[in-house]
Amino acid sequence: MALREQTAVTIIRPSRGWAALDLRDLWLYRELVYFLTWRDLKVRYKQTLLGAAWAILQPFLTMVVFTIFFGNFAKVSSEGLPYPVFSYTALLPWGLFAKALNDASRSLVGNSHMLTKIYFPRLILPLASVLSGVVDFGIAFLFLLGMMAYYGIYPTWGILILPVLLLLALVTALGVGLWLSALNVLYRDVGYALPFLTQLWMFVSPIIYSINTVPEQWRLLYALNPMTGVVQGFRWALLGSQTEQLGLILAISSGMALFILISGLFYFRRMERLFADRV
Amino acid sequence: MSRYAIQVRDLGKQYRIGAVVTRYPTLREAMADRVQSIFRRNHHPAETIWALRHVSFEVEHGKVLGVIGRNGAGKSTLLKILSRVTEPTEGEAEIRGRVGSLLEVGTGFHPELTGRENIYLNGAILGMKRAEIDRKFDEIVAFAEVEPFIDTPVKRYSSGMYLRLAFAVAAHLEPEILVVDEVLAVGDAEFQRKCLGKMGEVAREGRTVLFVSHNMSAILRLTEETLVLDKGRLVMRAPTPEAVDFYLSQGFSQTGERIWHPDEVPASAVPFRPIALRIRNAQGQVVDTIRSVEPSAIEIEYELSAPIPGLRVGLYLMSTRGEYVFTSFDTDDPERYEQFAVRPAGRYVSRCLLPANLLNEGRFVVGVNASAYRVRRYFQDEQALTFTVDATGAPGTQWPEPRLGAVRPRLEWQVEVA
Repeated sequence: MALREQTAVTIIRPSRGWAALDLRDLWLYRELVYFLTWRDLKVRYKQTLLGAAWAILQPFLTMVVFTIFFGNFAKVSSEGLPYPVFSYTALLPWGLFAKALNDASRSLVGNSHMLTKIYFPRLILPLASVLSGVVDFGIAFLFLLGMMAYYGIYPTWGILILPVLLLLALVTALGVGLWLSALNVLYRDVGYALPFLTQLWMFVSPIIYSINTVPEQWRLLYALNPMTGVVQGFRWALLGSQTEQLGLILAISSGMALFILISGLFYFRRMERLFADRV
Repeated sequence: MSRYAIQVRDLGKQYRIGAVVTRYPTLREAMADRVQSIFRRNHHPAETIWALRHVSFEVEHGKVLGVIGRNGAGKSTLLKILSRVTEPTEGEAEIRGRVGSLLEVGTGFHPELTGRENIYLNGAILGMKRAEIDRKFDEIVAFAEVEPFIDTPVKRYSSGMYLRLAFAVAAHLEPEILVVDEVLAVGDAEFQRKCLGKMGEVAREGRTVLFVSHNMSAILRLTEETLVLDKGRLVMRAPTPEAVDFYLSQGFSQTGERIWHPDEVPASAVPFRPIALRIRNAQGQVVDTIRSVEPSAIEIEYELSAPIPGLRVGLYLMSTRGEYVFTSFDTDDPERYEQFAVRPAGRYVSRCLLPANLLNEGRFVVGVNASAYRVRRYFQDEQALTFTVDATGAPGTQWPEPRLGAVRPRLEWQVEVA
């Protein structure tokens, strides 16, 4: 029996300083991640009038506005690609990242009733909220394929690394989300700062403009923003756009994302003991 | 393997006073604090309170242990620590086996989701595996009696159905150690009976259960041994009947009066503040023992710091076996209710006159409730005070036998020769 195996001894005592990550516990509760992700999706699609259409509408309307103002009026360079595809390709991973970041950062406070009433690895909450955005991404991605066909653009073999880029976006969102969700329990300022942070972050990522607009000597510094690697990777994989040193940029972005994730994990675990009492 | 399922050693939990009620600190305040503390030589530690301290006990495998104590005695804190919701400040607990905790039924229920969906979601939150839920699904639905509505969003459920479903999921959890907090305090009598039956079943299956309740008859029925907590300390561990008896009489003054100190009243009670509860005999003296054959009174003194619309202040009377004798409110009379549609701020005494020939001999427990129906419960203390009834001169006392029943009315009999 599964029950017998687990007659493990649990010792409950005050923890001090940095706590171990305890990924085994997380693994035992993996089904909860699935159910919470599924709950988020179900509830969202049940409560909204347009349901799944929102997944496309948001990046689509943003793209229309960007195309008119930045593409046509401001004549922002789009590496020779049609501006609509150029911006939509970037808006996809960006939308996923922004939603994952926001949901993860609010996940602890939003589920405070669960935190105070039951034990489960707290990491599950930000984790599940990061994952639920992937479905929206999938829907919006189908629309992108349609647009590419319309403009006669065919993806390169690079499309095979899309899952890796996706993972990079999610890891970044989770990493920052871990920091912010834990901070949000202690200081509600995070809730106010989030929309602002997200907006600023978009401007420092190559979404409206091309990375080639950034002076060469600044590019590696620019790559410290993990979304730089993700967005430029997407354009390369899907649209075949060329960037010098893309490999290096991706490596820097990934390194940074990992750093944020790991530091976020440890910070989260350290603050975890306060959640139930302070939320 | 150790014969103990739970071993608790010197467990303690400290809270910062006001941490629960104060609004959330902002980052600015936190930073300001940091900065100030650099310049201040000796920074004063925040005021703290021990919700639980120096608590040690063991529970053998398969034992059902009750936990009782007044509001704020530390019962919930103990359960929260044992179910790993919150960490202790000192001491440790060793637990052998999978713990299922029921600090509340329906945790994580989402109103938009259907009954079926919520069963899976709630099951997963409680730590059940999907296969386990699949296996027990029909049983859960049958227990909750919600078959026709299983695919309806639970926001359309009546509150009774909602509770039944929530409890049903939890009741089918099969951990080796079950930690239960006051979940039976909700729902109607029928539902409570059903829940108690299920709890009894769980206990007989040989699982270790830690059971917190205010319902003394449930504690008496389900547990053999009981812990009594008071102000965060473990004051007694004894066979349940003894512990219940001790609890119901402990710490209450022998003068028939209970006075609330401001720190005993939860912040959530504001603007209501209970001051005292007194038992008065026919002569108006505050007493611990009243006579069954004379009228008496129970009075509640309280203060409102702001007007409260629809306030009702009332009593529960309970036998020491935990059965309710009656419940009564000061605005039960519709005219009185109209008169106090909004009770202005001020100091009040609500006095309930007990007629002569009402109660049987024995000890009774008085509980207090101040609430606005369906709006808010300001204050509740189900075991505020005990008093004794002396039956001298009551009907039938020519026979020195104990009479069954909580009441001893003087009823008229007609005896006819047919």
